[in-house]
Amino acid sequence: MATLTHQESVTAEYLEVSPGTRRKFMLIIVAGVAVLVLGVIMSMLGIGAHHEAAEGAAAAHGAGHGAGEHHGSAPWLKRIIVSLWHNNVFFTGVSAIGTVFMAIQYVAYAGWSVVVKRINEALSAWLVPGLVIMMVVFGLNFINYDLFHWTVPGIMDKGSETYDAIVAGKSGFLNIPFYLIRMVLFLGLWIFFTKRLRDLSLEEDLHGGTEYFHKSINVSAGFLVIYAVSSSMAAWDWVMSVDVHWFSTMFGWYVFASWWVSGIAAVTLCTILLKQAGYLRWVKESHLHDLGKFMFGFSIFWTYVWFSQFMLIWYANLPEESVYFNQRLGGFNGQYTWLFFGNLIINFAFPFLVLMTRDAKRQMIMLKIVSIAILVGHWSDFYLMFMPGTMKGDNGFVIEIGIALIFLGAFLILFTKRLSQASLVPLHHPFLDESVHHTT
Amino acid sequence: MTKRFALGIFDDEDVLLHAVENVREAGVKIYEVFTPFPIHGIDDALGIERSRLPIAAFFFGLTGLAFALWLQIYTLGFDWPMIIGGKPHIALPAFIPVSFELTVLFCCHGMVITFYTISKLYPRWKTPVLDVRSTDDKFVMAIEVNESTDMTKLTQILRENGASEVNQKEMSKF
Repeated sequence: MATLTHQESVTAEYLEVSPGTRRKFMLIIVAGVAVLVLGVIMSMLGIGAHHEAAEGAAAAHGAGHGAGEHHGSAPWLKRIIVSLWHNNVFFTGVSAIGTVFMAIQYVAYAGWSVVVKRINEALSAWLVPGLVIMMVVFGLNFINYDLFHWTVPGIMDKGSETYDAIVAGKSGFLNIPFYLIRMVLFLGLWIFFTKRLRDLSLEEDLHGGTEYFHKSINVSAGFLVIYAVSSSMAAWDWVMSVDVHWFSTMFGWYVFASWWVSGIAAVTLCTILLKQAGYLRWVKESHLHDLGKFMFGFSIFWTYVWFSQFMLIWYANLPEESVYFNQRLGGFNGQYTWLFFGNLIINFAFPFLVLMTRDAKRQMIMLKIVSIAILVGHWSDFYLMFMPGTMKGDNGFVIEIGIALIFLGAFLILFTKRLSQASLVPLHHPFLDESVHHTT
Repeated sequence: MTKRFALGIFDDEDVLLHAVENVREAGVKIYEVFTPFPIHGIDDALGIERSRLPIAAFFFGLTGLAFALWLQIYTLGFDWPMIIGGKPHIALPAFIPVSFELTVLFCCHGMVITFYTISKLYPRWKTPVLDVRSTDDKFVMAIEVNESTDMTKLTQILRENGASEVNQKEMSKF
C-alpha cells in the first residue's frame, strides 16, 4: 500500500549470527558428510547402481566414441569428483549473480533494490572459495579423466591410440593451459569487480555523498560487459566441454539463465528469511513483489532459452546434435527421462502458475515455496547437464545430495559472515529514500 | 450530457498526493486526477479499484492461442499435409513459437484497444480536456459539482490543501 506520510528516519541495522544459527549451518555440513559417507558405502556395495544399464548404454554409445572411450575411476570416486564440479559450478554461478544483479541495478539507476543490496553483496562472497575449489577439482579430473574427456592424454595427437579427430579439431581452444588461464581470468575478474563494488559501498557507508554512487555505476558498466562475454565462455568451458563432441550456440545463454534465475531466487529467499527473523524493517510487500516479478519473468526466460535450444535440435534432427537430447530423453534405459520432464515442471510450470497473480507475488509464503523450488530445480537442471556426459548410466543421488548439503552449509556460513560485516541498510546510498518509499 | 467540474490546480505532485488523501478524508468525492506523468501511489490514494484488464487479457490470449492452434493444425495437418523433417504432420513442439507469438499479438492488441476504448482515448474530432495545462506542468484534480454544492467550502478545502487556483468548467460529452 502507498504510504504517503514520511516514516521515521532510516537507521542502520546489523545482522547478528547467533551461535545457534552457526550450529545449524555446521549441522547441515555434518548431515551432508553423513549422507556422502552413506552414499559412498552404498555405491561400493552396489546398492542402487545401474551397472547393467550403464554397460548396455556404453556399448551402444561406444560406436560413436570409437577408440576414445576410456575407463574412469570407481563409480563412487567418479561420482564425488563429478558432483564436486557440478555443485561448485552451480554455487559459484549463483554467487556471481549477486554482483551481476547489483551492477544491473546501478546501471539502470534503479532505486527500489537498495534495501536488498547488501544481500547481493554478501551472495558474491562465495566466488573466492569457488575459484579455489574449481582449480582443485580440475586437478582431481586428472586422476582418471573423469570429468573432461578432452583432457585424456594423446586424444589430440594423430596416431595415438586415444586419438579423436573431433576433439583434436578443438585443440586451439580446449587445451589445458588456455583452459586454466580462462578459468582464473574469468573468476578473477568477477572477484575483482565484486570486491571493487563492495569496497565502494562500504566507503559510501562511512563518508556519504554521491561520488561513490557514480563510481559504482562506471564499475558496474565495465563489469556487465565483461560478465556478458565471460559468463558465456565459462558456460562452454565448465559445462559444455563435458559433452565435448557436442555443441550448442544457445548454451551460454542457457547456463546464464539458469544461474540468473537461481540467483534471484536465492536473494528472494534470503530476504524473506531475514525479514521473518525480524531484520530488514524497510523491505515491504512492494520489494517482494518486484523480486517475485523477476523470478516469474526469468523462469519464463529460462524456459524460452531452453526451448530455443531444444526445438532447433529436435526439428533439424542432426545426429551429432540430437545425441545430447537422445541421452536425456530415454537414453541409458530412460533413467534421465523423469528428470528431463521434472525440470520443465519445477522450473517452468510451477513458478509460472503459482506466481501468475499479483497477490501471490506479494506473499512471503508463496515466494518462499517458489524460490526453494527454483533453487532445487536449477540444481537438478545442472545435474542433468553434467551427469549423462560424465557418469553415463552410473549416476545416483545420495552422494550428490550429500555434497550439495556440504556446499550449502559452507555457502551459508560465508554468506552470513559477509552479511553481518556491514549494516543491512546502505545508509548513505542516494536512492535509499526512494527504496524505502517504493510502491508498485 | 453536460457536467460541471470544480478544478483544483496543483503545482507539485507531492502536494497533490497529500491533497488527494485529505480531500477524500473531508468527504469530497474526487472525479478524476489529471497529471502530466504517472504518479506512484496515486491509484491507492484515490482508492481506485484494481483494473479488470488482466481478465480481458486472458481471454484475448486464449483467443489467440486457439486461433494459432487451429490455423496450424488445420493447414499443416488436414488441408495440405506435408512431411517436414520426418516429423508427424501435427508436431506440437514445432507449433509452440507461432502459438506463443499469436497469443501475445492478440493479447497486446486486445488490451490496447480495450484500454483505449474504456478510457475514451480513441481518436475523436474534439478531445475533451478539462485544463490543457495538465499536459504540461500542472496537476489537476477534478471534482464533479452541481447546484447544491457548497462552492465556497470546496474552494476552501482545496486551497487549504495546496491548490494554487480553483476553477470551474462545464464539459459536455465527458
